[in-house]
Amino acid sequence: MWWRKALVWALCLTPLAMLLNGYRTNDLTANPIEYLTHETGDWGLRILLLSLAITPLRRLGFPTLIQYRRLLGLFAFFYICLHFAIWAYLDRMLDLNEMWADVMKRRFITAGMVGLVLMVPLAITSTKGWIRRLGKRWQQLHRLVYVSALAGVVHYYWLVKSDIRLPAAYAAVLLVLMGARAWHQYRST
Amino acid sequence: MLIKTASDIRSSEITSKSDYLNRRQLFAAAGGLLLARPGVAAKIENVKKSPLSTTEGVNSVNDATTYNNFYELGTSKADPSRNASRLKVQDWKVKVEGLCNKPATFDLDQLMKMGAMEERIYRMRCVEAWSIVVPWIGYSLSTLLKAVEPNAKAKYVAFETFYDPANMLSSAAGGIEFPYREGLRLDEAMHPLALLTFGMYGETLPNQNGAPVRLIAPWKYGFKGIKSINKIRLVEKEPQSTWKMANASEYGFYSNVNPQVDHPRWTQATERRLGEFSRRKTLMFNGYGDQVASLYTGLDLRKNY
Repeated sequence: MWWRKALVWALCLTPLAMLLNGYRTNDLTANPIEYLTHETGDWGLRILLLSLAITPLRRLGFPTLIQYRRLLGLFAFFYICLHFAIWAYLDRMLDLNEMWADVMKRRFITAGMVGLVLMVPLAITSTKGWIRRLGKRWQQLHRLVYVSALAGVVHYYWLVKSDIRLPAAYAAVLLVLMGARAWHQYRST
Repeated sequence: MLIKTASDIRSSEITSKSDYLNRRQLFAAAGGLLLARPGVAAKIENVKKSPLSTTEGVNSVNDATTYNNFYELGTSKADPSRNASRLKVQDWKVKVEGLCNKPATFDLDQLMKMGAMEERIYRMRCVEAWSIVVPWIGYSLSTLLKAVEPNAKAKYVAFETFYDPANMLSSAAGGIEFPYREGLRLDEAMHPLALLTFGMYGETLPNQNGAPVRLIAPWKYGFKGIKSINKIRLVEKEPQSTWKMANASEYGFYSNVNPQVDHPRWTQATERRLGEFSRRKTLMFNGYGDQVASLYTGLDLRKNY
C-alpha cells in the first residue's frame, strides 16, 4: 500500500526536518557544526540498524517488512553521506590534505570512513536492474553491510571520551541482530 | 548554506546586551534578597575591570551557560544546564589544607571577601578544539594561597570538586573517576592569571559553570579549570588529575594549550570559536605566552603535554 511507504519516507525525513527547523529557529546549540555532525551520524547509524532488523523480524512473522528494507538502507546511507559532507565541508573546509591526514591518523575517523566507503557499492547496486544482473552474488555483496554497521559502532565507540553508554547500546543492538542471523543459519543447516 | 558565516551574525546577537541589562535591573530591584539565596544568580558588586582582559568579542551568556562539560551533571553538552539543580550549593565550604602554616575551612562569604573582585575577560580553549570568550569574575588564586601560607615543602596544589553521588552521575556512567580532581604546580597556581572564579557576566556563577567557586587557568585546556571546588590541598608531589587518570596518553598533567602537540582525537592546531563559522589558528599557551612561557623554561612541552 502506497501510504505505508509514504509513512516510512516521512518518518525517515523527520530528523532532517528537525535539523532544518533548528537552523531556521537558530536552535542548533552553541556549536551548530558539531551538533549537525553528531545528529546526522546518530540517525545514520540508527536507521542502518533498523534496516538490519528487517530480516530477523521478517523471519519472526512479519514477512511484508521486506518492502521497506531498501528504503531504510538508502536513508541510512543518505544521513551518513550528510554526516560526511558536514565534516568535510563545514568542519574540515574541504582541505583534502587535512582530511586524508585525519583518516590515516585518527582511528575513529578511519573506522567511520571504512563504514561509509563500503556502503557506496551497496547503494549503487540497490536498484532492481542491479539485483537482477548480479543474481546470487548480489546477496553476497550486500553482506558488506554487516561490516559497515560494525565499523559505524566502532567509529562511535572510539570517538567518545569516556561515557561509552550510547555506543555500547548500539553494539548490543547489533549483537542481537547478528545473533539472530547466526541462530537462523544454525537452525537451517 | 546551512550555517551563518561570521559576517552574517550581528554583534547584537552575540552579546544579547538587552537581556543582560534587563536581568541586571531585575536583580537591582530585588535588592539584597537574592544575594541571600544560594543557587540563584546574583549580581556581584564592586567589580573592577582588569588589564589582563582580552579585547576580543565576548560570547553570549547563552553560549557560556548551555554548552558545558561538567560530567557530574551529565556527559552531553546540554546536560549540565538541564541538570543544574542537582548541584546543591547551600552552605558551601572550601577546605584548604596540607603543607601550609594556616590551614582553614572557609565559607563562601569569607572567600568572596578575601580579595578584590575583578572582571577578567579570558579566552577559554577546550581540549575538544572549540573556544569561547567569557568575562569571569574573581581574584587571583595567589591571594587565597598566600593567606594560608604554603610552607617550603609545598610544590603543588591539588583541587577537588564537590561530589554528591545521590544527585550526580556515577563514575561508572561517566567513565571518569569522581570526585573530579585537578592540580597545578605551585608556581603556576601563584601566577596572577590563575583566577579563583566566583562569577561571570556580572553575576555569580550558574551551577553548570561550576558554582559557587572554580578555577580558571586560561593558558591551559578548559578541563584544568576545575569546577565547584570544595577542597584545596598543598602537596609535595604531582597530584592526580581525573582526565589523566582516565587516559594518560591523551591528557597530561600540564595540559597547556599547545598547537604543536596533537591530540589523538582532535587536531590542536586549529579551533572553532563558538559563534564563528571558520576555524581559527590555536595560539601557543592560548595566546598567554608572554605572561606564562617563562614558567616552563627548560621543560620539554612535547613530553610534558
